[in-house]
Amino acid sequence: MTFFKRYAQNYGALIGLAILVIVAVVALTAPLLFPVSPWQSVGDPLLSPSENPAFPFGTDMLGRDIAAGLAYGARVSLLIGIVSTAVAVVIGVSIGALAGFYGGRIDDILMRFTEFFQTIPAFAMAIVLVAIFNPNIVSITLAIAVVSWPPVARLVRGEFLSLRSREFVQAAVVIGQSGPRIMFTQILPNAISPIIVTASLMVATAILTESSLSFLGLGDRNMMSWGFMIGAARTMLREAWWMSFFPGVAILLTVLAINLIGEGLNDAMNPHLRGRKG
Amino acid sequence: MKTLDFLFQRLLKAILVVLGVVILNFMLIHMAPGDPASVLAGEAGAGDAKYIAQLRAQFGLDQPLYWQLWTYLQGVLTGDLGFSYRNQVPVMTLILERLPATLLLTGCAFVFSLVLGIALGVIAAYKRGSIADSLVMTSALVFYATPLFWIALMAVLVFSLHLDWLPPFDMESIGTGYTGWARAADIAHHLVLPTVTLGLFFTAVYTRLTRASMLEVMALDFVKTARAKGVPKAQVIRRHVLRNAILPVFTFASMQAGQLVGGAVLTETVFAWPGIGRLMFDALLQRDYPVLLGVFLVTAAVVVIVNLIADLMYRFVDPRIEAAN
Repeated sequence: MTFFKRYAQNYGALIGLAILVIVAVVALTAPLLFPVSPWQSVGDPLLSPSENPAFPFGTDMLGRDIAAGLAYGARVSLLIGIVSTAVAVVIGVSIGALAGFYGGRIDDILMRFTEFFQTIPAFAMAIVLVAIFNPNIVSITLAIAVVSWPPVARLVRGEFLSLRSREFVQAAVVIGQSGPRIMFTQILPNAISPIIVTASLMVATAILTESSLSFLGLGDRNMMSWGFMIGAARTMLREAWWMSFFPGVAILLTVLAINLIGEGLNDAMNPHLRGRKG
Repeated sequence: MKTLDFLFQRLLKAILVVLGVVILNFMLIHMAPGDPASVLAGEAGAGDAKYIAQLRAQFGLDQPLYWQLWTYLQGVLTGDLGFSYRNQVPVMTLILERLPATLLLTGCAFVFSLVLGIALGVIAAYKRGSIADSLVMTSALVFYATPLFWIALMAVLVFSLHLDWLPPFDMESIGTGYTGWARAADIAHHLVLPTVTLGLFFTAVYTRLTRASMLEVMALDFVKTARAKGVPKAQVIRRHVLRNAILPVFTFASMQAGQLVGGAVLTETVFAWPGIGRLMFDALLQRDYPVLLGVFLVTAAVVVIVNLIADLMYRFVDPRIEAAN
């Protein structure tokens, strides 16, 4: 069976993919869909969703279009989710690969280091990092990456540890390939599928973390984000439920979609594990 | 003896971790742009250089960094976490005032999520493929993807603003003068929304984990043997499957202490809960470094202690672990 056929057997994964594609298209075309900046007021303040068909999601207290905010917010969420995960994967793979491949003292030191980072409360650490280096898109992305690499390192270390003693790796050693070359061309390709599955689930967590940070007011002040919208809507909860309701639904759907995709990838890449997780 | 050795090793490691957290955060916080002395001086309406220098000397900020760290660590050993820049109160006093509220909230959320999560996971595994199973697993999937702060706001909207069943913020009603049981009941009433909103995410995690773990054990041979002997299904689940399946759930749950603290920052902010999560956030915004460092130290210590207790309990629950060492 081809990879996609196996993936498509999981209906949840297909639904997730469909939702994510919609979110991604909206994110990419936001400036076309809403040429006016989401910070600009475009209508009467506090229009509820049913009041004016031009604003299907209503407007906020300054008459800004909630729909425009949702579209631009998708850009920030996806961007930070993907980039921070990519950075975390690079850190995690490097540390895990070195620890698993060389073992011994190196393994010991690197794993103590990883355990240390796992003990620190991640979200609290992210808050401090972002606040210290002033909230902007780079510091947020890096802070999320710094608190989320340890699981990747542990996973990769385990894979490298078990693959290291396999015959094809021994053969590469015998013909004189260098350590880094063996790691990158022999072992890593064989460890890639669990890394992809973990990474996809990490994107979902990263989006949740980003929205929590911007909810607390630690977002990039120049970019509209879903968490910021909910944070700003807090004081208007009684008067304008839609201001906080829709951004939350957007986060929920995006994160749910990515989790479903992650599970679908897991099923498709490890068919022998199918059913074991129920 | 083995357990004592193990305890000693783990204790040493725990102390090193807390020390590491303190040093790391000390460095990070002092790398931050924005000098607390000038922030304070600016607020006092006196931004002149002499006053700022005086403040810096008062808080020891004019000393070299390694010396500040050394002085701080010496203080920590005697239980002195320094003075808050902002309130002129010992940091230890501030934290001890706030810690019970956070322990109450996170403790309740932990018990709530673990009990409900395991119960739902067992039901889902027991009735695998039924409507109940898909209902439980779908809700778990949804709550696993829902931002905590948003559930909190939606819960306030529905249960406080519209239905008026539960108070939307604070830990107790102000100015009632309740004591004893009346006060406890009042706090419990205020505790419902924060506990449930903080606990729902973890409930979803434990539900999924319990179900997966149950199904894995249910496929093992000794379970088939028990069934083949004619032991009723419910009894097999209770006596044979649950006892084995619950271990990984406990392990995982014990590692969530740090996560709960992170969630507490958000929950306490939304519900104006007077705990250390909010203390930390306020300290951060006000650049009140001693408080921030103190909160980090105390949370790291609590997390490490919880992990240590879990490790010990785990050896107690599953004697095979000690035998294997």
